[in-house]
Amino acid sequence: MTAPAATTAPPHATSGSLLSKLEIDVRMLGMLAALAAIWIGFDVLSGGLFLTPRNLWNLSVQTASIAVMSTGMVLVIVTRNIDLSVGAILGVVGMIIGVLQVQWLPAWLGFEHWLTAPIAVVAAVLIGGAIGLFQGWLIAYLAIPSFIVTLGGLLVWRGAAWWVTTGQTVAPMDTRFKALGGGVEGALGATATWVIAAVACGLIVVALGLARRRRIRFGFPVRPGWGDAVIAVFACGAVLAAAAIANAYPLPVGTARRWAEANGIAWPEGGLIIPHGIALPVLIAIVVGLAMTFLARRRRFGRYVFAIGGNPEAAELSGINTRWTLMKVFGLMGLLCGISACISTARLNAATNAAGTLDELYVIASAVIGGTSLAGGIGTIAGAMLGALVMQSLQSGMVLLGVDTPLQNIVVGAVLVLAVFVDGLYRRRIK
Amino acid sequence: MQANGTTPLVEMRDISIAFGGIKAVDGVSVDLRPGEVVGLLGHNGAGKSTLIKILSGAYRPDAGEIYVNGEKADIGTPRDAKRYGIETIYQTLALADNIDAAGNIFLGREVLTPYGTLDDATMEAETRKVMARLNPHFRRFKEPVKALSGGQRQSVAIARAIYFNARVLIMDEPTAALGPAETQQVADLVLQLKKEGIGIFLISHDIHDVFGLADRVSVMKNGKLVGSANVADVTQDEVLGMIILGKCPPGAVPGPGAS
Ligand SMILES: Nc1ncnc2c1ncn2[C@@H]1O[C@H](COP(=O)(O)OP(=O)(O)O)[C@@H](O)[C@H]1O
Ligand SMILES: [Mg+2]
Repeated sequence: MTAPAATTAPPHATSGSLLSKLEIDVRMLGMLAALAAIWIGFDVLSGGLFLTPRNLWNLSVQTASIAVMSTGMVLVIVTRNIDLSVGAILGVVGMIIGVLQVQWLPAWLGFEHWLTAPIAVVAAVLIGGAIGLFQGWLIAYLAIPSFIVTLGGLLVWRGAAWWVTTGQTVAPMDTRFKALGGGVEGALGATATWVIAAVACGLIVVALGLARRRRIRFGFPVRPGWGDAVIAVFACGAVLAAAAIANAYPLPVGTARRWAEANGIAWPEGGLIIPHGIALPVLIAIVVGLAMTFLARRRRFGRYVFAIGGNPEAAELSGINTRWTLMKVFGLMGLLCGISACISTARLNAATNAAGTLDELYVIASAVIGGTSLAGGIGTIAGAMLGALVMQSLQSGMVLLGVDTPLQNIVVGAVLVLAVFVDGLYRRRIK
Repeated sequence: MQANGTTPLVEMRDISIAFGGIKAVDGVSVDLRPGEVVGLLGHNGAGKSTLIKILSGAYRPDAGEIYVNGEKADIGTPRDAKRYGIETIYQTLALADNIDAAGNIFLGREVLTPYGTLDDATMEAETRKVMARLNPHFRRFKEPVKALSGGQRQSVAIARAIYFNARVLIMDEPTAALGPAETQQVADLVLQLKKEGIGIFLISHDIHDVFGLADRVSVMKNGKLVGSANVADVTQDEVLGMIILGKCPPGAVPGPGAS
């Protein structure tokens, strides 16, 4: 599901003649292999329940919120900082936009107004961004350690989430807004899914071609033509496979019937198979992943973020405004929390002050499992999103197998530690 | 001593800075003319790096003034110093280890495409050009500089300083990590840049690195200036005496730190 994000250029030189010829990130391949092992393992253990379109579709939707936030956490950790407040920011933003669309906006626009959802989303992004910028200001300009600022933030924003309604849950959400959480409203359908997949494939081919032409024009070494072709085939294949799987999961009969009635289609004798297609939150996560990768790799801001993580003193001596850069990193993190607040509030169809509890741990774990180094300077957006998918796969798989929640936590915690250990071994090997 | 009339490219006057009560630099004055190499000597901890970090904008001095081309300059950040054409090769090299050579050379001064994205291809092409001049065998353009040898890292740091048409070049112990052949390369580069009219502060704790290249030397001890001299007017032993004992010979102009 994160396939398009995984096609970004590899950051490291790699070992192995074939792989180095293709300039493929070995680490990323290792993660994909681990993910495949987890998926196949759960499928075998559950007697074929895991690798079904239905389960994979749900898995993708469940991953979206954490995956979105993990892209920002990569940048935070790359700068040698941490953000423990993301779950609490998600909570307070979720409460505010919940009240906004259930109480404030209806009083002004009436219920189910088409403007409700856009206003809620914009508000979420702005409030999240503002909270993030504020914390970033404390960290960058007042030099308070990020661990402390965001630990305080965790308590403050969680408390604030309670204050919005003095603890009352707000429901239900606006119908259009609910699409952001997936579910039936947020399933884009077969046609849109194929169109998106086709566009993605086109972009992959064009991007590879442009990069190649550019290197040839400057007379730089290029990977062999067949190498680019292999990468294009695999990337496009992954995109099309994901689209096919999303389209292989039909809407439940009752929902399909209602949909048919609403669209004036006669209900045929044998029923109607209407595919879900890709879910809106998953599309959002993919777009966020691409945008963040672009920001991290192609924009000056991203270069500065990595430079600060690699050597803060060198970044400062190069004339980089390191404080403003750091403040923006936290602002961005808050903004992404706002997006995730929309996704999870919409998915739950309710705003509760407990929303996002423990999310900070899952987000940090995703980034770290995805290869972000806590020492700073190293990490990829695609890796973090893949990390989020690995974690969610573990959890969903264990739910499917009926594993108790405490044991689930034990397994996820152990896997986190193991992943970092294995990653450390790998890094020492290639050095 | 500075009889040749031209305005100094750079003049630092009565510079002082303290870190938590320790006077790292105390009332030091040095200057530099176009095409001149000034050796800045002194033991480890004498305050050499701190002094030039004030010139490169890394620290703000507690007292003292800096003049560039005879005009008072306000250097508060590394960016300011670069605007005055002052480039620095730091003792620590100040490289971001996780970024490749081009990324480091253009750090803070990236070349952008018309769309506002990083123009990595142009930056890599320029890096290949400047590195061809400094280190013709350099091939590892795509790797983070962490993977490079000491000498290669040094050439990246030097490339960053000379690429942007410096008028004043500060080299803080530039040969500390280098073998004899590479040290000779740096010496050749210093002479070549000098010919181009660039003023160079060459900093070292080892007098032998400096004596053959410098026109003048200034010696620091315990944060204070012992004295300055034309290389022609003093012997190596006398300069050694300045470094070790703080004793200013007759051929040198004594500073506040002379004993
Ligand atoms: N950032 C700093 N904070 C505190 N003390 C410092 C700092 N930088 C330098 N010093 C102190 O200033 C003195 C001079 O150091 P330095 O300029 O590095 O000497 P040199 O380059 O001549 O070896 C030393 O005693 C050093 O410990
Ligand atoms: Mg020094």
